[in-house]
Amino acid sequence: MKSEYLVETRGLTKRFGGLVAVNSVDFYVKPGEVVALLGDNGAGKSTLIKMISGVHQPDEGSLFVMGEETKIATPMDALSKGIETIYQDLALAENLNVYSNIFLGREKTKKALGLFKVLDHKYMFEESKGILKKLDIKIPSLRNNVRSLSGGQRQAVAISRSIYWNAKCLIMDEPTAALGVAQQHQVLELVKSLKDHGIGIIIISHQMHDVFAVADRIVVMRRGEKVCDLERSKTNSDEIVGYIVGSETVA
Amino acid sequence: MKTNLLRNKNLLLEIGRRWALIFLFAEIVFFGLSAKGFFSIRVFQMVLFFGTTVFLLGTAELFVIITGGIDLSVGYLMGFSSIVSTKIIFALTESGMGDGISLLLGIVLTLLIGLIPGLVSGLMVAKLKVPPFIATFAMLGISHGVSELLIKEGAAKNLPHLANAIGNGYVFYWSSGVGFSMFNRPQVARGVFVLELIPNIVVIAFAAIGILAFLLKRTVFGQHTYAIGGNVDSAVRSGINVDRHLVKIYMLSSFLAAISGIIYMLMYVTGKADAGASSLLDSIAAVVIGGASLSGGKGTVWRTILGGVIIAILETGMRLMGIPTFDKYIMVGIILISAVLIDQLFPDRTYTDKEES
Repeated sequence: MKSEYLVETRGLTKRFGGLVAVNSVDFYVKPGEVVALLGDNGAGKSTLIKMISGVHQPDEGSLFVMGEETKIATPMDALSKGIETIYQDLALAENLNVYSNIFLGREKTKKALGLFKVLDHKYMFEESKGILKKLDIKIPSLRNNVRSLSGGQRQAVAISRSIYWNAKCLIMDEPTAALGVAQQHQVLELVKSLKDHGIGIIIISHQMHDVFAVADRIVVMRRGEKVCDLERSKTNSDEIVGYIVGSETVA
Repeated sequence: MKTNLLRNKNLLLEIGRRWALIFLFAEIVFFGLSAKGFFSIRVFQMVLFFGTTVFLLGTAELFVIITGGIDLSVGYLMGFSSIVSTKIIFALTESGMGDGISLLLGIVLTLLIGLIPGLVSGLMVAKLKVPPFIATFAMLGISHGVSELLIKEGAAKNLPHLANAIGNGYVFYWSSGVGFSMFNRPQVARGVFVLELIPNIVVIAFAAIGILAFLLKRTVFGQHTYAIGGNVDSAVRSGINVDRHLVKIYMLSSFLAAISGIIYMLMYVTGKADAGASSLLDSIAAVVIGGASLSGGKGTVWRTILGGVIIAILETGMRLMGIPTFDKYIMVGIILISAVLIDQLFPDRTYTDKEES
């Protein structure tokens, strides 16, 4: 039977020497769901994410992707399973244009003169235009170099690349941290649009406003442990801050 | 639905981006007015003929520079290849092989040997993470030393006459009475004018450069070259085998240096350790005047050739005017600084896509 969870962890644990960075965490994200992962610095949220994206290997516990227990050995492995991490530096080549970035490393070619494989710019342009349209992203021209784009637009390009290549679960690390207010708004709108397309999204953020604007569920970690897992509609920012700093305790 | 591509036009920016072309034009006008005999087919061909080294080494340098590296060894690798080719060809003719086949075999073997230094530099840069400056600087020293060792008993002489015929020959000849002929200079009495058109080596060099321009602009290989220079982390994360690509780039560079060395051998019918030593800085200058950035990710073959032509015309024009060579170095230095400063003024070209239903 297919699980209703896109990605699920059970009892996931990671130790660094004597330090327990993540202690037996159960976590999941469903298709079309936005989960905000919160916690103070060192709470273990990055380590948890890195185990899901193949950067770290868990010491204990198990990982399920679409209901099947798997091991995610490398970030490439995670990609092939449809789990993509959008890093803050976005991993775009600024000197290349938008559609070249979307197809970077997976360029489409065609035969020229029946002999040489050349880049099929038209195909890549049209396909990229299609995915941007689907996600309702507006960029003046896909031929513009990424260098000339705003931070929000770059984020949008990075995300559309993931979606184009069939990402099912997106992990966004502080997606709005380096952006202006208008661009933060754009990114949050994009997150809502991704949700409508059935993508599962894990957002790490310090911006309480963002979290309450888009998240369906809020998970707080503290000292390596999951301290709360609440529907957004059933909580408020005071309660969440309380969990983060430790004045609220596990019920 | 059709997508129309609109280039966002701004006259000043468009002119600014083409400053090198405008500078070239100004240069031609200046030397046309002040250097006697500048406007002639002979001088024009001379520019291309003596420019081949800088065009080829510049193109080699361009690929490396786009990835964010630099190859200091191309000049001495060219000298090394010129010596290796003369040694091989001499040995083959000595062993009784025919001129044509010795020459051909010598050239092919030299090209193959020419891949080795690039393989070594590339492995040092990609696998051992040696900075390109150091890896290729080491290769410069090694190739210089090996060249001097090889040539200790003097350069090989008695190369087949065919080498000279190719190296200094032209594709077309014309003289009154005989008419047009290809590759063979017409046998005419001394003093009878023979028009010579398109030096053979210019054709060879531009054939190689044309292929490389295609490779850089139209293929996945070229795209990955730019991607590595733009953001090496993103290239790695996109699944590009960056290490392997870099090794190929340095091999390409030393292969082009080998072609330059062979052309030198054909032109001068000998080999020389420092045949290309003075061309190293000119070739880097050509790349930079052509708008590439030493931090990588930018540059085209065509603009590198433009940079090379600017330098070659400067050299030829000043020689015609009787100005000493070191003044050329000063000029190249000034143009180089201006090139970097001007390019910083003009941002990337932008577009707007207009949709039509």
